[in-house]
Amino acid sequence: MRGISFDVAHMLAGSLVLVSFMQLYQDRLYALLNLFALHALVLATSVAWQAFIQDAPHLYLTAMIALVFKAIVIPVALHRIIVRLGIHREIETVVGVGPAMLLGMGLVALSMVVMLRVTADADPLAREDLAFALSVVLLGLLMMVTRRNAVSQVIGFMSLENGLVLAATGAKGMPLVVEISVAFSVLIAFIVIGIFLFRIRERFDTVDVGALDRFRGERR
Amino acid sequence: MIIDALTGVLLIPALAACLLATLPGYRLTSRLNVLATFLTFATAVSLFVVEPRSGPYLLVDDLNKVFIVLTTFVSFTTSVFSASYIGHEIEIGRLKPTYVRFYHAMYQVLMFGMNLALVANNIGLMWVAIELATLTTVLMVGIYRTHEALEAAWKYFILGSVGIALALFGTILIYMAARPVIGEGLEAMVWTVLVTHAAKFDPALLNVAFVFLLLGYGTKVGLAPLHAWLPDAHAEGPTPISAVLSGLLLNVALYALLRFKMLLALNPAAIAPGPLMVTMGLISCVFAAFMLYRRRDIKRMFAYSSIEHMGIIVFAFGMGGPLANFAGLLHMTMHSLTKSAIFFAVGHIAQVKGTQKIADMGGLTVTNPVLGWGLVLGVVAIAGLPPLGIFMSEFLVVSSTFARQPVLVIILVFGILVALGGLFLRLNSIVFGEPRGPTAPAKASYVPMFAHLAIVFMAGIYMPPALVTGFQNVARLLG
Repeated sequence: MRGISFDVAHMLAGSLVLVSFMQLYQDRLYALLNLFALHALVLATSVAWQAFIQDAPHLYLTAMIALVFKAIVIPVALHRIIVRLGIHREIETVVGVGPAMLLGMGLVALSMVVMLRVTADADPLAREDLAFALSVVLLGLLMMVTRRNAVSQVIGFMSLENGLVLAATGAKGMPLVVEISVAFSVLIAFIVIGIFLFRIRERFDTVDVGALDRFRGERR
Repeated sequence: MIIDALTGVLLIPALAACLLATLPGYRLTSRLNVLATFLTFATAVSLFVVEPRSGPYLLVDDLNKVFIVLTTFVSFTTSVFSASYIGHEIEIGRLKPTYVRFYHAMYQVLMFGMNLALVANNIGLMWVAIELATLTTVLMVGIYRTHEALEAAWKYFILGSVGIALALFGTILIYMAARPVIGEGLEAMVWTVLVTHAAKFDPALLNVAFVFLLLGYGTKVGLAPLHAWLPDAHAEGPTPISAVLSGLLLNVALYALLRFKMLLALNPAAIAPGPLMVTMGLISCVFAAFMLYRRRDIKRMFAYSSIEHMGIIVFAFGMGGPLANFAGLLHMTMHSLTKSAIFFAVGHIAQVKGTQKIADMGGLTVTNPVLGWGLVLGVVAIAGLPPLGIFMSEFLVVSSTFARQPVLVIILVFGILVALGGLFLRLNSIVFGEPRGPTAPAKASYVPMFAHLAIVFMAGIYMPPALVTGFQNVARLLG
C-alpha cells in the first residue's frame, strides 16, 4: 500500500496544513472565508481518499458532510452575515504577519517532533496523518488567539475541527460514532455562534470582541 | 432494548425535555421539572438495589454510581430552588416567559448530557455527552441577554470548545494506542475492554494522549491556568445554573479525567499521571485563594472558591492511594453539596438586594435573618471549619498525604488558609454591620439550602458505615 495511495494521502494532508498557513496571514474577511471553504474542500477530498484506500464506505459520508456543510453551507451563511453586518472591509490582526508565520512554523515543527517520535511503531500513513492533524489543530488555535474579530475566531475554531476530523479518519477503523458527532458538533457550534454573532451585533454595534472586554462583570 | 434503571436515568430527562419544550405556563413546567428530576434521582438510587448489566455502550460500576447519585440528588434540590428563583425573575421581568420554556427544556437536556457522560462505556460517547452538556450550559449562561451575560457565554463557548477539541484529540490518540492490541472497530473504544488490555498499549502514545486529555477536560474542571471561563459563566448566568455548574458539571469533567487516569495507571511503562494532576491542583488552589480577596461580585467570589476546591480535589486524586482517593471523593461530595447550598442562598440574596455587588450588601443577618445565617453557615462550611463535613475531608486530604509529600501539603494548607481569610473578610461585610442598600422581604424556598447544609453537618460528625465502605471500595478501584 506504500505506492501512490500513500503519496496522495500525504499530499492532501500536507495541503491542509498549507491552507491553514494561508489563513494565518489573511487580513480580509472575504479572503479568509474563501480559504476556509478551500480548507474544507481539501479535507473532504482527503477523507474521501482515506475512505477509498481503507475500503471504509462510511467515511464517504463523513466526506460528504464536510463538503456540504463546511465547504458550502457555512461559508455561504457566514458570507451573508458579513454582508449584513457591513464588516467586509474590516482588517484585523493582533500579531503582525511575520511573527504569526514564525509562530506557526514553530508549532508545526513541534507537532512533527512530538507525533513522529511517539508513534514510531504505528503504520506510516497514520503517523503522518496524525502529525499533520496536530499541526492543523495548533494552527487553528493560533488563529483564534491572533484574531479579535468574532467571525475570524469562528473560522479559526472550524479549521481546528477540520484537523480533528483528519485525525479521526487517519486512525484506521475508528467507529462512525465519532465522525458523526464531530460533524454534528460543528453544526451545533455554527448555530450557537450564528445566534451569538447576531446578538453581539445587536448589543454592541460591532463584532470586535475587544468591545466585549469593556463590559467586565466587576465594574463598581 | 430492555428498560432498566440504567436507561431510566437517561430516558426520564430526555422525555422530560421534549415534554417541557412543548408545555406553556411557568407554574406547571417548574413543577414538572421538579418531578422529573425527582424521578431520575429515585431511579439512580435504585442502582444500588438492583445493579443492571453493563453493555458495550452503557456501564455501571461502583465509581460511577456515586457520581450518578450525587448528580441526580443535587439536580433535584436545585430544581426545587429553581422553581422559586425563576418565579421571582419572571415577576420582576428579568426573564421573559418565552425563555422559561426553553430554560426548563435545557435543564433536562443538561441532566441527560451529564448522566450520559457518567454511564457511557465508550470514550467517544462520553466525549459527545460532555460536549452536549457544555453547549447546553453555554445557552443557559447567555439566557439573560445582557452585555455581561453575552460576554460570559461567548468566552465560555470559545474556551469550552477549545478544551473539548483537545479532549477529542486525546480520545483519538487513546484509540490509536488501543487499536494494535484490541483490533479495529468499536471494541477499541469501550472502557471495560480498554481497562483489561491497558498494560499492552504503546506507552508513548498514552502519555501524549493524557496530556491532551488533561488540558481538554482540565479546562472543563476549571483548573488554573485554564479557568478563565469559569468566574464569568458563574456570575452572569441564572443562579440555579451556577449551582449546577459548580456542584455537578465540574465533577463530570473530573470523572472523565479519573477514568483516563485509571487507564494510565494500569500501564507500568507510561508516565505516572499523578504528578501532573498534583501540580495543576496546587496551582489552582493557591491562585484561586489569592483571587478571592479582590472580588466585588458575590457570585464571582464563590466561583473562585469552586476553583480552589477543585484544585484540592484534583490534588487528592493526583496523590492517589486508597486513603487520599477516599479523601478526594469525600471532599468532592461535600463541596458539591455545600457550594450548591451557598448558591441557593446567594441567589435569593441577590434577588432581595437587587444586585450582586458586595459593596451594596450589608447587615443581612438583621434584614433577612434566615438567608443571612444560612449564608454564614454555608461559608463556615466551605472554609473548612470544624465540625462540618469539609473540615473532615480537608483534614483527611492533608493527613493522608503529609507523610508522603510534606512540602506539597504545606503549600496546600497555605492555600486553604489564605482562602479562609478571603472568604471571612467578604462574609463580614455582607452579613454583618449596618444594613446597606435596598432590601425586600425574601420569598424563598429554604428547604434545599438547609437540607444540603444538614447533610454536610451530619457528615462532619457521623458517617454511616455503609457509606464509608462504599467510598472505600471506590477509592480502591481508583488505585
